[in-house]
Order: sequence, then C-alpha cells, then structure tokens
Amino acid sequence: MAAVEVEHLTVRHGDVVAVDGISFTAEAGQVTTVLGPNGAGKTSTIEVCEGYRRATAGSVKVLGFDPATQQRQLSEHIGVMLQEGGVYPGSQVLETVRHYAALYGKGADADALVEAVGLTSRGKATWRQLSGGERQRVSLALALAAKPTVAFLDEPTSGVDVNGRDAIRAIIRDLAANGCAVVLATHELDEAERLADRMVIIDRGALIADGTLAELRKGHDEIRFRSDPELDLRGLAAATGIVAAKVGNDEYVIDAPPQPRLMAQLGDWLAEAGHPLHDLRAGGQRLEDVFRRLTGGDQP
Amino acid sequence: MRITLVQLRAELRRVAGNGEQLLLTLGIPVLLLVFFSLVDVLPTGTEEPIDFLAPGILALATMSTAMVSLGIGTGFERSYHVLKRLGTTPLGRPRLVAAKIGSVIAVEVVQFAVLIPVAFALGWEPGSPNWLLAVAAVIVGTMAFAGIGLIMAGRLPGEINLAAQNGLYLVLLLLGGMVIPFAKLPGAIRAVAHALPSGALADVLRDALGSAGTQPGRSWIVLGIWALLTPLLAARLFRWD
Repeated sequence: MAAVEVEHLTVRHGDVVAVDGISFTAEAGQVTTVLGPNGAGKTSTIEVCEGYRRATAGSVKVLGFDPATQQRQLSEHIGVMLQEGGVYPGSQVLETVRHYAALYGKGADADALVEAVGLTSRGKATWRQLSGGERQRVSLALALAAKPTVAFLDEPTSGVDVNGRDAIRAIIRDLAANGCAVVLATHELDEAERLADRMVIIDRGALIADGTLAELRKGHDEIRFRSDPELDLRGLAAATGIVAAKVGNDEYVIDAPPQPRLMAQLGDWLAEAGHPLHDLRAGGQRLEDVFRRLTGGDQP
Repeated sequence: MRITLVQLRAELRRVAGNGEQLLLTLGIPVLLLVFFSLVDVLPTGTEEPIDFLAPGILALATMSTAMVSLGIGTGFERSYHVLKRLGTTPLGRPRLVAAKIGSVIAVEVVQFAVLIPVAFALGWEPGSPNWLLAVAAVIVGTMAFAGIGLIMAGRLPGEINLAAQNGLYLVLLLLGGMVIPFAKLPGAIRAVAHALPSGALADVLRDALGSAGTQPGRSWIVLGIWALLTPLLAARLFRWD
C-alpha cells in the first residue's frame, strides 16, 4: 500500500476548480514532488492530504486513514510544513519547537532539531526577528518534531539562502532515507530536480505528468551548447545535416540523441568556422524544458 | 489530558508575555475600581460607590478576559496561521478550545484574586453575598463573552478584529450597567442595555453579591440566552484560516 493515495481528487473554491480530478501515489522512503506553477493546485492538494481542507470529489488515503474523517488519528503520524506563517510573532524559536515536540509527545529533542536546521544561535530569537529563510527552517523543525511517517512540505526552501537550501535538502533526503514518505510541493524546478524520486506535475489543477525524471525525459534527448550569437545555422545544416535551433542569445539546441559522431561533426564545423564551443551538454532534457513541453510553455 | 496541559501552558505563557493583554485584563479593571471608588463622580446611587462598582468591575473583568483578550489573541492566531498549524498536530479542536477555556479561567482567577481584596480594601461591604451564585454567573458570563469574542475572531481580519473587540468593549462598558447604573441611562438605551450580556452579568453579580440587582430574574434569562447562542454561533461561523 502506498503511503499516500490520491484518486480522482477534485477541489473547488466556489466556482473555481483548484484541483481537477488528479490521481497519484507517494511511497514510503521516497521524495514525491508535486510540481507546478503558482496557482496550479499544489497547496490545495496537499491541504486535503493533511486533513485541513475537504475534497469536493474523489478520495484521499494517507497511511490508510481518510484525512477528512480521521484527521486526529492521522495527525499522530504526519509532519506538516506550511507554505508560510504558523507561529506567533512573539514566540521564541526553541520555545516553539519544544511546544510542538511536547504536543506530539514522541520524544523529539527540540534542541537537536533546532541544531539540525542550523538555528542554535537563534534559539532565543522571536519569530518576528527571523529572516524568511530562518522561518522556513523553524517550520521544518516543527514538521520534524512529529517524527513523521509522512511529511508534507510546502515550498520548503522558499526564501532560503544557498547554504540553507543545502541543509534543508540534506534533512529531506535523510527523512526519506529513514523510510518517511516525503510529499513536497514546489514551483522550483531546481528543487524538484535535486530532490525528487518521483514527480507529479500539475498545471491549472490537472495532472499532466507523473513519473521519475528519467521517465519524463524519455524520448526527449537533446544536445545543447553555446557559441557566437550569430551562427550560420543553414550552413551548419548544409555541411553536416545537423538541424540546430537558437533558444537564447548564444544558446542552441539540437533535438537529437547524444551520438558521439554527431557531436564530433558539430565540434569540427564550429572549429573550421572559427566559432567557440561552450557549455556543451548532451542527454535528457533539462527539467525546465520537460516542464515547458508538458505545460505548453507555462512558467513554473 | 497531557496534550491539553501542554497547550494550556503555552496559552498561559503567551498571556503572561503579552503586556497589552495584562493591562486590559488586570490594569484597567483595578484602575477603574480604585479611581471611581475614591473619586465620587459616577451617579452610582449608593452611599458608597464601591458597593455599586465592585460587582460591576468583576463583570467588566470577566468581559475583558473572556471576550476581548480571548478574541484578540485568537484572531491574531488565525491571521498568523497558528491555528492552521496547530490543526495538523494531535491537539485537535476540542483540546485547543479546552486549553483556551482553561487559560481564560486561570486569568479570571488571578483577576478576582486581585480585584476582590482591592475592593474590600476600598471599603466594599457586600450585604449577604452568595458567592456560589456569583461563580455561576461568572461561568455563564464567560461562555457568553467567549462566544462573542470567538465569533469576531473567526470572521474578521486580525487588525479589524482588534479594533472591533476594543470598540465593543468600550460600548458594553458604557452601556452595560457596569459602572453606570441602568437608571441613569435614557429609556431606549436602557432597554438595550438590559438585553446586553454585560448588563445582564453586572446585574446578576450585583444581586448575588448583595447589592440588589435591578431585575435579576430577567438578567439571568438574558445572560443564559447569550451563553447558549453565541458559542453555538461561534462554532458554526468560525473559520480557522
């Protein structure tokens, strides 16, 4: 049995369909990323799984519990990181984590949690004194205080600096490595590419893809490189048969699998024409391109 | 029980750390009691102003804690998504409500532990007080005011809720028969004042504490209706986010 089972879930807010009949599962020991543009329906989906919001139609099971009717039993097993807020502005970091650790009553060490998210020196700081990134770290510590079997994390690295992101990603990977089913909602492709074992892509409330990154890339290999801004692409095609498309000021893409002969031909042609070759990359599409292909150009 | 106590401790810590709420729940009632007892400017209609004021100020203290303090605190918790996050823990709504009620009662105990001795020190001499009836009145009044506070907290944005709670506090204070006798109010306003929970609580407390309420039987009915309806309405209207 999957840790999270979502079947034909629909969520309406008045006349607006936020989630439109999506189905997916999340397994224990994996990071499942719910990816989509802002307003795609990610948070609504997660909130139904948490038991916070009611589904309009469809069913959701988390660890076999129906979040709508068994939220109290379910709450003992899940850790939740909200997209924003959730702590009283005057509450201190350590005091807040201790409070939540006590509410869950599973013996989580608040000091160790604060240390794990890198906020030991800020233990006495109040929520209002924290930066956006520090608040995200506190929120993660509160989710960890549950010692969760399933963790729902909504935009966990939003507003966090580079080092903080690395720390948070390491914690998320540890969670999954220890058997937790992590369901992570994000609009950041980089985040999803780095963390996800499996991706569920939502756009305008509808499920448009579900699989591993390798599965989503399958059949969509490319060769990508940078050179002078004004390459003679017709000349390239005439001389080598290679059809390249310009996708940026000095960036080009060839829609083809990464064959050594083709790449050698490209290199030779560029060298003979006196053009540089930078950032040559061959293989599966970047997630950004997979996402654009699937969503018809929507920006995450 | 363990979880409720954990939450109760957090609620009390928050109340103790909130200077504005302490001023509202303790400072203002004590100030009003002392000032208007020593400076005889209110038309209390009694020989000693303190005999009229003491029950009224106890009613005011109940309103401050159960309505304004609870309502403002809960409203901001809702705005800051604190309730939403707590809702995902094993705490659950019933235990959260129990912890909040426990916190209100604890603050009221402290208020009365300060106000009653101060009133005695100022010369309050209740006739033949029925303390048990007074406690019952405070409990019923607490339910009524908590319901009002939570209705507003559950529907209004944090800042608007803050202003509305304080505004209502002032209106009920002036109209409620707490510091100004019903008899001194104009006819139409007097009828409204008798129908308000503040006036009803002040009246039944005054009756229980030996100062003779104006119409205690009717006030008990008014207070009971408020205590029944407002928590039900709060439960129905309250939005957690």
